[in-house]
Amino acid sequence: MKIERCKGMRDFLPEEMEKFRQITEAFRDSCLKWGYEEVKTPTLEYLYLFTSAGTLTPGMLNRVYSFLDWDGWSGERVVLRPDVTIPVARLFTEHLADRELAKLFYIANTFAFEETGKKNRERWQCGAELIGLRSPLADVELIALALQVLRRLGLYNVEIKLSHAGLIRSILQKSGLNEEQQNQVFDSLLDGDMGIINKLISEKPELYPLFNLQGRSSGFVKNLISFLTDATPELKSQIDDFIFISDILQELGYNYRIDIASIRGFEYYTGMIFQLYADDEKIGGGGRYDALIPAMGGENTPASGFALYMDQLMQILPVKTSAGYSKGKIVIKMDRKSAKLGFDIADSLRSSGYIVKFHFGGKGPADVSWILEVGEKIPVLTLTRISDNKQFYLNSPEELLEKIQNN
Amino acid sequence: MKIKIALPKGRLLKNTACLTHNAGWGLEGYSEDARLYHLYSRRFPELNARIFQEKDIPIQVAVGNYDLGICGLDWVQEFMVKYPGSNLLKIKNLSYGRSSLFLAASPLAGYSYPSSLKTASQPISIASEYPNLAEYLALNLRLKRFNIFPIWGAAEIYPPENADLIILQAAGERQIFDYGLNPVMKVLESQAYLIANKNSWATRDLSEILDGLFSAIETIETVRDASTDNHGYPVERATHPNLTVHTDWWEGKIHLALPDGHAQKHVVNILEKAGIKIFDYPSTSGNRTPRIEIPGIAVKVIRPQDMPLQVANGKFDIAITGKDWVEEHLYKFPSSPVMNLLDLKYSRVKIVAAIHNDIPVNDIRSLREYAMSREWKLRIASEYVNIADKYARDHHLYMYRIIPTWGATESFLPDDADLLIENTETGNTLRRHNLKIIDTLFESTACLITSTESLRKPGAEVISTFVEKLKKAIEES
Repeated sequence: MKIERCKGMRDFLPEEMEKFRQITEAFRDSCLKWGYEEVKTPTLEYLYLFTSAGTLTPGMLNRVYSFLDWDGWSGERVVLRPDVTIPVARLFTEHLADRELAKLFYIANTFAFEETGKKNRERWQCGAELIGLRSPLADVELIALALQVLRRLGLYNVEIKLSHAGLIRSILQKSGLNEEQQNQVFDSLLDGDMGIINKLISEKPELYPLFNLQGRSSGFVKNLISFLTDATPELKSQIDDFIFISDILQELGYNYRIDIASIRGFEYYTGMIFQLYADDEKIGGGGRYDALIPAMGGENTPASGFALYMDQLMQILPVKTSAGYSKGKIVIKMDRKSAKLGFDIADSLRSSGYIVKFHFGGKGPADVSWILEVGEKIPVLTLTRISDNKQFYLNSPEELLEKIQNN
Repeated sequence: MKIKIALPKGRLLKNTACLTHNAGWGLEGYSEDARLYHLYSRRFPELNARIFQEKDIPIQVAVGNYDLGICGLDWVQEFMVKYPGSNLLKIKNLSYGRSSLFLAASPLAGYSYPSSLKTASQPISIASEYPNLAEYLALNLRLKRFNIFPIWGAAEIYPPENADLIILQAAGERQIFDYGLNPVMKVLESQAYLIANKNSWATRDLSEILDGLFSAIETIETVRDASTDNHGYPVERATHPNLTVHTDWWEGKIHLALPDGHAQKHVVNILEKAGIKIFDYPSTSGNRTPRIEIPGIAVKVIRPQDMPLQVANGKFDIAITGKDWVEEHLYKFPSSPVMNLLDLKYSRVKIVAAIHNDIPVNDIRSLREYAMSREWKLRIASEYVNIADKYARDHHLYMYRIIPTWGATESFLPDDADLLIENTETGNTLRRHNLKIIDTLFESTACLITSTESLRKPGAEVISTFVEKLKKAIEES
């Protein structure tokens, strides 16, 4: 009987894990240097965490892995987390609510059903959340952090698409749709279903410019505001922030585009939303979600965050090998009688920074710089340099180390 | 090569039998008093039909045991919302068997509109035979927090005391009002549907059989109700004019669940011996709230399968059910507060593992070896999904699938399942189906259950009075 991997789930082979670690290490190191702290939330959460905040679109909720666990007699369903921002917001309200400011990051998997089983149902992301700041500078910090991580990975041509949840909601309010319909349009945008938008535009052609034009400067946002003559003071200040963000991204020399209809993802976004693209592949996104923590019963705490999509990143990154080990690889051959000495020598070589593999027979090792044969009789150690097949006869670990270091 | 079709019993049987007759299939014995589950066609020798509970049919067609099936759209949707990637294909609306699924609540609940549910601050409990549709609906109505209780039947008796909302099938709104409930919204318009397995549909020529069927559709007389076409939208707000709801009979009492169906005669018998009078149970009028002559106890009649979950959640304090259903519950939820109070010592059955006589093994260990040598994925059919699952795990049955069934499980073997976990009193039914018992899991009898929480409730003393009376009756008999 053939045993198979579960449909829609993925194995990471050594080469892929190499890329995986490359991403997480660049991400982790950058976050730590920017003063962010790492957290981890559980894989299982109660379903109501995601329904009660009213913050995932029905399109996403209908794809969650929900089930009754061993405690499920009360009818309380649990889910494999479909998103990480909401659990991190929960973690913040549960443990860190006394802090005024929390800069947190995580590396985590999420789960979403997908019919064909050909795309991944388990996805990995690296994300950061900046909780407690309303300033547009916080949003810029997150974009800058994300871009720094991507540059470290060799991605310099990243395009930023900007949109604004508050702006879209205001446009929809003016569209003459009832509240239910407005929510439906907003959700369709988030789910990437443009059919409903095109229908809306065909009924109300005056909305066309809002959803179809793309701008490359804050002037574009200013032009958009002329549509919203009766904007509330709150919206006006949000839009001012948006203009500020566009201006400063321009000053920083980032490649960005304002594309109002480009929003994707989560209903919890309230303000600026950004998506990151490289080679036409969406590799990350984020935004401001000021209402999420209050909706979960926490204080009125503003927040924004982003996530980089590791599955997409792994597809576009070139393969690199063992980046952390620049020193050579050594293979040790030994037999039962010389085993003690062999293990001891391997330990001392490893602590000097070499990769040491044992070889107990079978096909000869590839991709190594040295082969060391450990015997019983003098000379105890026979070292072969692979590059020129030259052999050295040595009698102690000290001599060995010296020989390897000097070659 | 055989063409296999799954046909419904119950509600849709009469019209489906009429349809297949007019289609000229010549199926022998497909009638309301059908005693056989397997039917053969006089006209198409390759056509094999089998009678199922409607609810079983989408699963059987999706897994490929059957090429075609006929059942209500309600059961098709119940399956498809949970398994959108399955191999089930909707082929054709057969236009008969019209009914609706309603989301309904007690008039006391204040949930008259779907939008009123969104703002509820308390978790909303939904009891239904359609748990998948219930979850789908709850998510799409954006309920903040909800609990879904899958039940085997009698949904109409649950609100408001045992559930806030139910999803149930009804001919129309009138029937919902007759239950003393308000329809909140119409969930689905259902009619009989022809469904197919995707692979069968893509690779096999079924046209000869289907041609007759399609042209016979118009010969089925159906009553059409013009007012029921507002699919998915709230029904017009209307409250039954004569609806009065009392709650004082229930509030502050100890709540007893008694079984419906064939178990009733045993319950009546034991209550009689205990000197406890009960009125209108079993009821000839379908009343599910009989009066019992013990002050402080209020009774509802529900399915015995549903009792452990209801008792665990404090929706009932005590219940008369079977040990099999208690085990089924506890295997799934070991932290449940349900506990056995008293063995009532009747309805003694064995829960057994059975296979078809043609399989040349006689115990579970050799079945495992046999299955592995044959490269099977062992199919285990059972009404007791959790008991079957635990049994399979405990015996390292390796690769297996559980096929949930809703009755008449013995007829699944040998074609639609390999192993059966089923209850049996004498073993006669199993023998008649050419099956043999290879293992006995445990013995089950009727029992009185409660929960640790209920025993701490005010007024719980009446529970011990009730237990004492029953205990004496058992000892005397």
